[in-house]
Amino acid sequence: MDKPVKLACRSVWKLYGPDAENFLTYKSHSDQAKNPTSEEIRDAGLIGAVRAADVEIHEGEIFVIMGLSGSGKSTLVRCLSRLIEPTAGEVLFEGRDLLSMAERELIEVRRRKMGMVFQQFALLPHLTVLQNVAFPLEVQGTAQGERETRAREVIELVGLKGRESYFPRELSGGQQQRVGIARSLAVEPDLWFLDEPFSALDPLIRREMQDEFLRLQSMLHKTIVFITHDFDEAIRLADRIAIMQDGEIIQTATPEELVLHPATEYVAEFTRHIPRAKILTARSVMLPIANSGSVAPENCAGEVRAGDRIEDIADPIEAAAAPFRVVEDGEVIGTIDRRAVVDVLVGRGAD
Amino acid sequence: MSRPGERNLWKGPALWWALFAVTWVLSSYSRDLSKALEARWIVKYPAGWRLPLKRDISDAMKWLVEDASFGLFSFKDFTRGIAWVIEVPYDFVRAAVIDGFVVGVGSEASQIAPSLSWIAVIAVVVAIGHTAKSWSLAALVGGCFLYLAIFGQWDSAMVTLASVLISVPIGVAGGLLLGIGAYRWPAFDKILRPILDLMQTVPVFAYLVPILFLFGFGPVAALVATIIYAMPPMVRVTTLALRGVPTEIREFGTMVGCTRRQMMWKVLVPSAAPGLMVGVNQVIMLSLNMVIIASMIGAGGLGFEVLSSLRRLDIGAGLEAGIAIVVMAIALDRLSQAFAARPAKVHSEDAGGESLVKRHPWTSSVLAVAVVTGLAGLVLPAFQSYPASLTLTTGPFWADLVEFINVNFFDQFEAVKTFMLTWLLLPVKRFLLGIPWPWGIAIVTLAGWKFGGWRLALLAGGLALFIAANGLWAKAMITLYLCGVSVLLASIIGIPLGVLAAENARANKVISAVIDTLQTLPSFVYLIPVVMLFRVGDFSAMIAVVLYALAPAVRYAAHGIRSIEPQLIEAGIVAGCTRWQLLRKIKLPLALPEILLGLNQTIMLALSMLVITALVGTRDLGQEVYIALTKADSGRGIIAGLSVAAIAIIVDRILAASARNARARLGLEA
Repeated sequence: MDKPVKLACRSVWKLYGPDAENFLTYKSHSDQAKNPTSEEIRDAGLIGAVRAADVEIHEGEIFVIMGLSGSGKSTLVRCLSRLIEPTAGEVLFEGRDLLSMAERELIEVRRRKMGMVFQQFALLPHLTVLQNVAFPLEVQGTAQGERETRAREVIELVGLKGRESYFPRELSGGQQQRVGIARSLAVEPDLWFLDEPFSALDPLIRREMQDEFLRLQSMLHKTIVFITHDFDEAIRLADRIAIMQDGEIIQTATPEELVLHPATEYVAEFTRHIPRAKILTARSVMLPIANSGSVAPENCAGEVRAGDRIEDIADPIEAAAAPFRVVEDGEVIGTIDRRAVVDVLVGRGAD
Repeated sequence: MSRPGERNLWKGPALWWALFAVTWVLSSYSRDLSKALEARWIVKYPAGWRLPLKRDISDAMKWLVEDASFGLFSFKDFTRGIAWVIEVPYDFVRAAVIDGFVVGVGSEASQIAPSLSWIAVIAVVVAIGHTAKSWSLAALVGGCFLYLAIFGQWDSAMVTLASVLISVPIGVAGGLLLGIGAYRWPAFDKILRPILDLMQTVPVFAYLVPILFLFGFGPVAALVATIIYAMPPMVRVTTLALRGVPTEIREFGTMVGCTRRQMMWKVLVPSAAPGLMVGVNQVIMLSLNMVIIASMIGAGGLGFEVLSSLRRLDIGAGLEAGIAIVVMAIALDRLSQAFAARPAKVHSEDAGGESLVKRHPWTSSVLAVAVVTGLAGLVLPAFQSYPASLTLTTGPFWADLVEFINVNFFDQFEAVKTFMLTWLLLPVKRFLLGIPWPWGIAIVTLAGWKFGGWRLALLAGGLALFIAANGLWAKAMITLYLCGVSVLLASIIGIPLGVLAAENARANKVISAVIDTLQTLPSFVYLIPVVMLFRVGDFSAMIAVVLYALAPAVRYAAHGIRSIEPQLIEAGIVAGCTRWQLLRKIKLPLALPEILLGLNQTIMLALSMLVITALVGTRDLGQEVYIALTKADSGRGIIAGLSVAAIAIIVDRILAASARNARARLGLEA
C-alpha cells in the first residue's frame, strides 16, 4: 500500500463502566504487561467494547471491519468517527488528531469531509427524498437552489430519479437505503462510513445493492470504512478486512491472505465455507519458477496474469493438458496446471 | 427466622388483621379513653403544638405582592408583565371570535371590525376537521359547533374557546421548552421532576388561591392557572418523545455536522413530532377542564354558566351549559386526536404553476366565507350572530324531567341514599374519625416500612405528621373516608368491567366508548346530574367521584388481563381449568400488579375530584381549600392543598411499592 494513510487509529480503547479512564491510566503506568487482559477488565467491573485497536486506512481503499454482533465493530466505527469518545488512544484523520479537535472544528470536518450510511437508514420521516438528500447541505447553509441541484444529481446517481417528492415511508427498504447513500454522498465526502448498510435488507436486494455499491465506488474512489457481520459481503467488497472478536482486532489482511493464512482458528472457521476460486489468484496457487520445469512457450498451453482470480482463468487451464505460464510485469514467475486449479475448485488442501 | 410450620406473625395478613382489630377498638373507645385519662390530646391535636405555617405563608405572599423587588423592577411589575403578555393575545382572540374589534373605551367605543361570524367559525372548524382526517370528522365537529349556536350557548362557548386558544399554545410552547431543557441537562431534569409530581398531585383549587392573590379576579388569573395546570404532561411527553428518537437519527445529525441548535430543531423535534402531538392533545383537554374550573376566579364562559346555575340550583340551565361543555370537549378532543394520529404525509404530484386559490382550497374558501358573512352581517344581523329567536332551549324540559323524577322516584332514590349512608358511609366515617392521631401516624409509618423500607416509612410518617401539625387531621380523615369509599365502589364496579372488556370483544367496544367519553368530560360536569338527583352532601360527592375515577380502574384491569402471556393461559386450559378457574387462578393473580397500578390512578383522580366536590357541600380538605378561595387566604389554601398532596403522595408511594413487590413475587421483575 503506497497510497497515503487517510484515517488511522492507535491503541484505541472503549471501556464501559465506572472509572474506566483511571483503570486504563493505572494499567499503563504499572510495569507489567501494558494492556489489561479480559479477566482484569471483567474483575474491575468494566466491559471492554473495543480493546487496543490499531487500524490504518489508505486513500481510495475499501476497508471492511467484520465481526459478529457484540464484537465491538459498531463501537469501533463510532470511535473512528468520534460519535462516541474513546476511553483511550488516538484517532488521526488526514494526520490531524480527531480526538483533540474542538467542537467547531469537528463540526466543520464532518460537514465537509465525512459521510455516513446507517443500518436502519436514519432518514428523517418528515422530509421528502429530495429534502432528505439535501439536508446535509442545508445544515452547512448552502442556498436552496444550489443544494437541490446537487441533491438531484446524487439521487439520479443512485437510480432514484422520479422519486424526489416521495416520503421515506413510501419507499421499499432498498430504495430507502439508496436515499441514505445519496444523502451521505451529497457533500462529496473524502471519507465514507457505512455501518452495516445492507444488513436490514432481503438477501436478493442485498446482493443488488452490493453491486450498486461497487459500481459507485468504481466511479467515485472514496476512502471507505465498511462495517458488516457478513463474511461473504466482506470478501466481496473489501480491499482489506479487519476481523474483530470480543473487542479486539484479531487479523487485518486482504481477503486472499485471510483465506491462505488465517491468524486463528476463529478466522479459519469463517474462511472454510468461502468459494476459494473467487478469492485466490494465480500467484498464490502457482508453482514458483524455481520449482517449475521448462517454461518455454512450446511446453505451455498459454499465459495468465499473476493477479487473475482462479475463477476467471479456470476454464482454459482445465481444458489444456499442459500448464499455463504465470506472468507479472512481463516476466514469467511460475506455472499453473490443471491439478492446481481443480484443487482450488473442489477445496482440496484447504485445511 | 421462623421454624417451618410456625406462622410468623410479622409476615402475611395476620399482622394486618391484628392491627385492624386494635385500631377498631381504639377508634371506638378513643373518646372514653381520652376522658378517662383526661388527655384530650389523644383525639385532638393540641392547638399549642400547631405550626404557624399558614400565617407565615400568608405573610410571605403579602410581602411578595406589596414589597418584594428584584432591584430593577418589583414583583408586582413582574406579575403585571406576565399579565400583559397573556392579556394582549387573549383580548385579540376574544375580539376575533366574539367581541369584535373596538377602539376607544366606554361610551366612546366604536367598533371598527366585527368578530368572525358564527357561520365563519363553523366553516373554520369544518375545514380543520377535513384537513385533519375526513369529511365525517368535519361533520362531527361542525355539528358540535352548530349545536352550540342553536342551543344558545354560542357566546359563552366562544369565551371558553378563546381561553383555550390562548392557553394551549402557551402551554405547549412552555412545556416543549421545559421538556427540551430536561432532556438536555439531566440536572435540570432532576430538579423539575419532583416539581411536576407535586403540581400533578396538588389539587387545582389550591393553586387558584395564590394565583388569585397575585393576579386578581379575572380572565388573566384564570389563564395563568390553566397554563400551569396543563403544562406538566407536555413537559413529560416532550422528554419522553425526544428520548424515543432512534439513536441512528441522532448519530446522523452529528455526522452531517449539525450544531446543537440544528440538532434540536431540525432533527430531534421533527422526528419526535408524532409523540409530541399526543402531548398537545393532553394540553388541550386539560386546558378545557381547567378553564371550566377557573370560572371561579373569573374565566367566564361555559364554566361560569354551570357555576352560577349550580349556585342558583337552576338544574335546567346548568345541565344545558354542562352539555355544551361536553359537546365542546368532544369536538376539541376528536380534532386534536385526529391531528396526532394523522398518517405520515405522502407525496403529491403538485404542479407549481397552479394558482394560490387552487393550492389552498380550504384556506381560501374559509376566508371567503368569513368576508362574505361578515359583510352580510352588516346588513342582516342573522349572518353575524345566530338569531336569538331561533335558539332552542332544553332547560325547562330538563327541569321538568328532574322534577318528575324527584316527585315520582323520590322514595327510591332516598332509600338508596339512606342505605348507603347508614351501612357504608357513616360507619367508615365514624371509624376513621375515631382513630387517635398518634396511632394513625404510627400505622401509616408502619405501612411505609413494611412495603418500602425505612425511607418510605420516614416519608409517610413525616407527611402524616405534617397534616396533623397543621391542625387538619380531622378534615384529612374525612377526605380519606370519602376517597376510600369512592375508590372502593369504583373498584367494585370498574375492575369487573375491565375484566369483561378484556374477555369479550363486543362488551369491550361499548365499555371503551363509554370510558373514553367519561374521560374527556371536564370534572365540573359530573356534579350537575348528581346534585339534581341526590341534592348536596357526602353521598352526591361520592357518586361524582366514583364516576370521575372509574376510568383507570377499568382500563388497567383490562390491560392487565390482556397482557398476560398467552402460553400461561394455554397451560391453564390444557390443565383442564374451567373458565371461572382460569380467571380466578391464573388471570387475576397475574393481572394483579396492573390492577394495583389502576387502583393508584383511581385514587389520584378521586382525590383531585374530591376537592371540586367541595362545591356540593363536603366538609373535608376540599372545603378548606374552597373557603380559602372565597376568602383569598393564600396560606390556608396552600396548606390545605399540600395536605391533599401529602395524602396522595403517601398512598401513591405505598401502592407503587406494593405493586413492585407483587411483580417481583410473580417473577415479572427482578
